[in-house]
Amino acid sequence: MLIELSVFDLALAAILVLLLGVLSASMKLGITRQLYIAAARTTVQLLLVGLVLKSLFASTSITFILLISVIMISVAGWEILSRQKRKLKGWWGFGVSTGSLFVSSFLITLLCLFTVIQADPWYSPQYAIPLLGMLLGNTMTGIALGMDRLLQNAWQQRPVIEQRLMLGQTADESIADIRREAMRAGMIPIINSMAAAGLVSLPGMMTGQILAGAAPVEAVKYQILIMFMITSGTGLGVISVLWLISKRLFDERERLCFKQLLK
Amino acid sequence: MHLLNIKDLTFLHCGPISLRVKATEITGLSGASGSGKSLFLRALADLEVHEGNVILDDLNQQSITAHLWRQKVALLSAETSWWFDTVAEHFEELSEDDLAALGFNKDCMQWSIARLSSGEKQRLGLLRLLQNEPDVLLLDEPTANLDKHNTRLFEEFVKLYLKEKSACAIWVGHDLEQLKRVSVNRYVLREGEMSNVD
Repeated sequence: MLIELSVFDLALAAILVLLLGVLSASMKLGITRQLYIAAARTTVQLLLVGLVLKSLFASTSITFILLISVIMISVAGWEILSRQKRKLKGWWGFGVSTGSLFVSSFLITLLCLFTVIQADPWYSPQYAIPLLGMLLGNTMTGIALGMDRLLQNAWQQRPVIEQRLMLGQTADESIADIRREAMRAGMIPIINSMAAAGLVSLPGMMTGQILAGAAPVEAVKYQILIMFMITSGTGLGVISVLWLISKRLFDERERLCFKQLLK
Repeated sequence: MHLLNIKDLTFLHCGPISLRVKATEITGLSGASGSGKSLFLRALADLEVHEGNVILDDLNQQSITAHLWRQKVALLSAETSWWFDTVAEHFEELSEDDLAALGFNKDCMQWSIARLSSGEKQRLGLLRLLQNEPDVLLLDEPTANLDKHNTRLFEEFVKLYLKEKSACAIWVGHDLEQLKRVSVNRYVLREGEMSNVD
């Protein structure tokens, strides 16, 4: 009962994105280029992966699946860095973003594969890859937002941070408010998704399963599992990023020091 | 009785600078804009990378954590920053006497930060800093935005504080008349070197 999309259908949607880009350019909102690149990427990337997905899922080599995971994490880490207005220093920045993704997505996926899914073998790609993908996709957004907010606010509020240091506050105290704001920014998307699930939005994976004929309750259970994993993953990821960056923002004498952090 | 002992302090292109500031005394410091006066104060508060020793009584700056040092050696910057919405939120407690001595009444605690003038910020900034009861005050052009009357109030208030706590101060400013009025020693910072003037 799947209604096939024609090239014309896709073209219509593409025109909308195109118009948005034009509108943004005419209002000097400066997102057009990024928007077009991302739209082009989503088209190419999904087409390619759609072609190889079946053979990917047929693979049973653990090395191959680990390799795919490493690529996925690296790309997600790279994307987090690209979303930052204040650019972090090369390898250190990459280490922070991929490290936090490792904690937030990779470890949680492993936990879930071993304790909940218990497929045979545990790395069965049709579970492992989509699970990791969903976690990465969501935690990536949270981490990118939290990191951006932290760096932007710390940069803009340099005088306040320094003032608080002058008043004898510890480095931790002087950045506490900014860190709290950043945590909130990073967690808002997933909190929104959980609060709105079922009432406002029908999560794609669950809807897909039900439409494909799965028992609704089973699909719902999977969705809740995923939501909780995404939430805890995002939280862990954002926390580790905030911790690492705010430590690095200060030198050993509790001086605000962007030099060792930003390009 | 507190004593700040600065030995061979170097920072950026300045120094080495050696200086002793004794209890209840104010040392005046002037110099052209960009001569490094503010950096000097920031180095003393350990907010700027520097070499050399800064010793308060028997306590070396580097021997305690930086935030504890800054509670003892407190810097009042030329422009103070405020992060809460009202004045009161920045204070744990504030005596009406202290407020009155600087020309405020207690209503000012409810003022919003947005409506403070730069002069009001400087005076309230001093009160906020003194909550830590520092042993050394580093004042960076503290009365630059004050009228004559409030400048006098500010000077008297600082002198009284130094006397009560046996604390000492370094006062950076451009007004030589004022520096003569408040300080016992006056120095000028020129091309990275500090020299006595009088």
